[in-house]
Amino acid sequence: MKAVEVRELVKNYGNFRALNGISFEVNEGEIFGLIGPNGAGKTTALRTIATLLQITSGSVTIFDYELPKEAGEVRKIISYLPEEAGAYKNLTGKAYLDFIARFFGDGEKSQDMIRRGLEIANLGERIDDKVDTYSKGMTRRLLVGRALMVNPRLAILDEPTSGLDVVNAQEVRRIINSSVEAGVAVLLSSHNMLEVELLCHRIALINDGEIVASGTAEELKKEYDAGNIEEAFVKAIR
Amino acid sequence: MIGNIIKKEFKELFTIATLIPIIVIAVVFAFVGQSIGNIGETMEEKPVIGIVDRDDGDFSNIAMSVLTEKGEVIYDGSDAEEGLEEVRGGNGVALLVIPENFSRNIDGNQPGEIEIYWIMKGAGMMDSISSGVVEGLIWAVNQGISTKLIQQDSSSDPVLVLNPTTRVETTFFKGKKIEGLSASQLGNVLSSQSIVIPIVIMMLIIMSGSSVISSMGMEKENKTLETLLTMPVRRSHVVIGKMVGSALVGMIMAAIYMIGFSRYMSSFQISDINLADFGLTLGMQDYLLVGVSLFTALLAGLSLCIVLGTFAKDYRSAQTLIFPITALAMISVFITMFKDFDTIPAVLRILVFAIPFSHPMMAMRALVMDNYSLVIGGIAYTAVFTVIMVAVAVRIFNSDRLLTGRVQKRAARGKLLWGFRR
Repeated sequence: MKAVEVRELVKNYGNFRALNGISFEVNEGEIFGLIGPNGAGKTTALRTIATLLQITSGSVTIFDYELPKEAGEVRKIISYLPEEAGAYKNLTGKAYLDFIARFFGDGEKSQDMIRRGLEIANLGERIDDKVDTYSKGMTRRLLVGRALMVNPRLAILDEPTSGLDVVNAQEVRRIINSSVEAGVAVLLSSHNMLEVELLCHRIALINDGEIVASGTAEELKKEYDAGNIEEAFVKAIR
Repeated sequence: MIGNIIKKEFKELFTIATLIPIIVIAVVFAFVGQSIGNIGETMEEKPVIGIVDRDDGDFSNIAMSVLTEKGEVIYDGSDAEEGLEEVRGGNGVALLVIPENFSRNIDGNQPGEIEIYWIMKGAGMMDSISSGVVEGLIWAVNQGISTKLIQQDSSSDPVLVLNPTTRVETTFFKGKKIEGLSASQLGNVLSSQSIVIPIVIMMLIIMSGSSVISSMGMEKENKTLETLLTMPVRRSHVVIGKMVGSALVGMIMAAIYMIGFSRYMSSFQISDINLADFGLTLGMQDYLLVGVSLFTALLAGLSLCIVLGTFAKDYRSAQTLIFPITALAMISVFITMFKDFDTIPAVLRILVFAIPFSHPMMAMRALVMDNYSLVIGGIAYTAVFTVIMVAVAVRIFNSDRLLTGRVQKRAARGKLLWGFRR
């Protein structure tokens, strides 16, 4: 079963076409990266798959659930981390994890999720402080913990290391990798092409709402005779 | 330099979005003022009255002369029942009956009795103006009699000279006959209710509404909305959860506010009239209806607020979006305070009925007068209003508007109820 199947997806904002018939698939246990410059359509694609935006035309299925008809079922098995996400500032980090966990289960199930969230966020004693007092890196770690603690079948991560320093970014990448080992499929976006090369099993290069190339990092580099993905991307959009 | 900052601030704050609600509300207030009428004009108008003079003595003649000169007499006969019908039919204020022994009593150093049958139309502040003018006529009658008494005999009993008449009053209001109370007294008691209760409701609506709109603004500002919308929970539950949470916060805040406000209002309490003594009391089922009316109005207000909240870009813009709610609540307060629902022009009546917050403001007064149809009709209307607003909110939550400010046409064509299920 495919984790994600996107077919000829078109998304218009009024007269502006943000996605122009993109198609791709994400397999179970795979990290799939959408990479491209700002405004290429990465976030629109992820928001559409995360059930937040309506589909203009084309189709999206998540583990055989079709959008938008089965959006409710999809929300039970996905977890979405927006690029500029925040947490409720008046809650402590732990209370925030508790708030989210209650959407996915009660009792022991919820407590297990919180324990996993605390482990992933790894904020020590600061987890009992209000989110308002957190640095950007701490908030991002809390949010990554929130996104992965619920044991999603598909994690949709928009620029997961956005704004993080090298140490925090590396830690987040480690967490994502360990989640995949546990069976989670990951669809992520980034404009950091070197990071994607390190992290993703397969990559789609997106520009102006269209996928210009896709494959493994090695395949893309070979296809465009490039030393790295960044170089391959530049050659692909020329 | 400072000019540059002023220019930037002005451009940022003086936008079409902030201007339109102010213009709309200014127009509505002007319209309301125009429709309610002018207090000065009403006071200058001669009150429409009926007179039954069964005495035909010196003092009753003085009374008749004053009343005929200063009032517009539409009935001058001997049958009180007939007179009442005439006054009612002629949109009059009162029927004054001077009994047979009026002059003889005064001559015998006893105050003369005047029977006054008030035809009360409404219990708003402005509704009592006409009866106030009739009170003025009676004062003028007393003046005339006092003058005559002093001219006749300067050694007259000063108490009688100062108070030559007494009144026996009966008020007819909305099918009820209330003996022993004048229209002004009844109006004052009912008006005092129509100050406190509407203000309580207005504060409740504004504070709860402000909470729900701010909550939407903060969700956007703190970037938590996208996450919330991907949680496995129905959109309708998100909407209702926000409404109920905000209602609780609003109720706590309004309660704190009202502790202070009720202390403030109690300092103006001058009437010791207990309406229950006149059979004007509310039973358990009436209080239940008031509660239901308040609850549905609160939900209606909050559902409207949540729809408005979807337009908030951040916390700051959310603050400006509360203005239409405040203005609607104030329109309801002012109209119900100054006029009775039955005495306002038809267009205003439609406006008042259409504003959901008006119904609990009017409910208590209506129930005292056994006007159940207005209260139950209001509850039904606010319930339907709430359902429609929640459906609109859920539809917006299902659309792209919350995240992009746009609604995709295809989504907008979707069935309303389908949105509830998602």
